[in-house]
Amino acid sequence: MSSHHEAHRDERGADLAPGEDTQDPKGIVQRVQGYLIGLVLAASLTAASFWALKSGLIYGPGVPVALIALAIAQMGVHLVFFLHITTGPDNANNVLALAFGVLIVALVLIGSIWIMANLDHNTMPAGMMQQMQR
Amino acid sequence: MSNPAAGKTSDGEDPHNLGHDDDVPISEQGPAPKRIVVAYGFWIFLLSDFILFSGFFAGYAVLSGATAGGPSGRELFELPLVAVETALLLVSSFTCGLAGIALTVRNMRWFQSTMAATFVLGAGFLALEAYEFTHLIGEGAGPGRSAFLSAFFALVGCHGLHVLLGLVWLTTMMAQVGAKGFRDDIERRVQCFALFWHALDIIWVAVFTMVYLLGSGT
Repeated sequence: MSSHHEAHRDERGADLAPGEDTQDPKGIVQRVQGYLIGLVLAASLTAASFWALKSGLIYGPGVPVALIALAIAQMGVHLVFFLHITTGPDNANNVLALAFGVLIVALVLIGSIWIMANLDHNTMPAGMMQQMQR
Repeated sequence: MSNPAAGKTSDGEDPHNLGHDDDVPISEQGPAPKRIVVAYGFWIFLLSDFILFSGFFAGYAVLSGATAGGPSGRELFELPLVAVETALLLVSSFTCGLAGIALTVRNMRWFQSTMAATFVLGAGFLALEAYEFTHLIGEGAGPGRSAFLSAFFALVGCHGLHVLLGLVWLTTMMAQVGAKGFRDDIERRVQCFALFWHALDIIWVAVFTMVYLLGSGT
C-alpha cells in the first residue's frame, strides 16, 4: 500500500519546475493549444503596439504609456503561456523568485532614470555658467 | 500510517494537495526531484540575466537623448525591419514550445523538425540584426558616434549575443538528442534551453518597445 502511496505522490509532486506546464505528458492537443493561444495573444499585443504608434488615433503624450502597458501585458502572456509561471500553489517558488527579480529590475531602471533626470535638471547649462562668471 | 483512502479522495478533489494529508511532513520529504532543482536553478540564472539587461536598459534610457549632434532614433530606426524581427523571434518561441512537447512524448521526428524550425527563425532574426548593424555603421552611425548609439549597440548587441549563444546551444541539443536519445540528463538540458529561448523573447519585447517604438515616436 505504501508503494502505491509513494507513486501517487511522485506523479503529482509538490512543485512544477519553471517551464513545465504539466507533469502529465498526455493531452498533447491541449498543450499545443496553450502555446497557440500564447502565440495569438502575443502577436496581437505586438500588432497593437505598432498600431498604437503608427495610427495616430491615440493622444500623442499618451502613446508611451500605451506602449509600456502593452509591453508589460505581452511579457505577462509570455510568462504564463510559454514559461508556464502561474499563480498555482505548485509554482510558489518560481513566482517568489520572479517577484524578487522584478523588484531589482524596477529598482535599477526607475532609480537610474529618476536620479539621472534629477542630476540633469540640477546641472546648470554650460552657457549659463559662463554668463555668471562675467 | 494514514488510511490510503485519504490519498484517493484527494485525487479528484484536491489536485494541488492543499489538504496536505501526506504521511511525511514537507520538511522530511528530502530534496526535490532533480528536474525541479535543475530548472529552478536555471530560472534563478535567467532572473540574474534580466538584472544584467536592466543595467543596459537603464543606460539606454538615460543616454537615449544624448545624440551629440548625430542622428536620433527617429531618423535611424526602420520599423518594418523591426516588425519582421519581432515576428521571427515570436514564432521561434512557439516552435521551441512545440519541441518541448515533442521531447516529453519522445517523438524524435517532431523534436528535430521543430528545433530545426526554431534554428532557422532564430538565424533569420540574427541575420536581420546583423544587416541593421552593418547598415547603421555604414551610414556613419556606429557605436562611436554618440552616447545614444553606444548605449543602443550595447543593449541590442547584448541581446543579439544571447541569441547567438542560444543558437549554438540549440544545435548542440539537436545533436545530443540525435546521438544519445531522450536521456534524462539531456532532457533537462533541453528544458533549460527552452527556458532560455523564451526568456530571450521576453527581453526582445522590452527592446522593441523601449528602443524602437518609443525611440521612433519621440
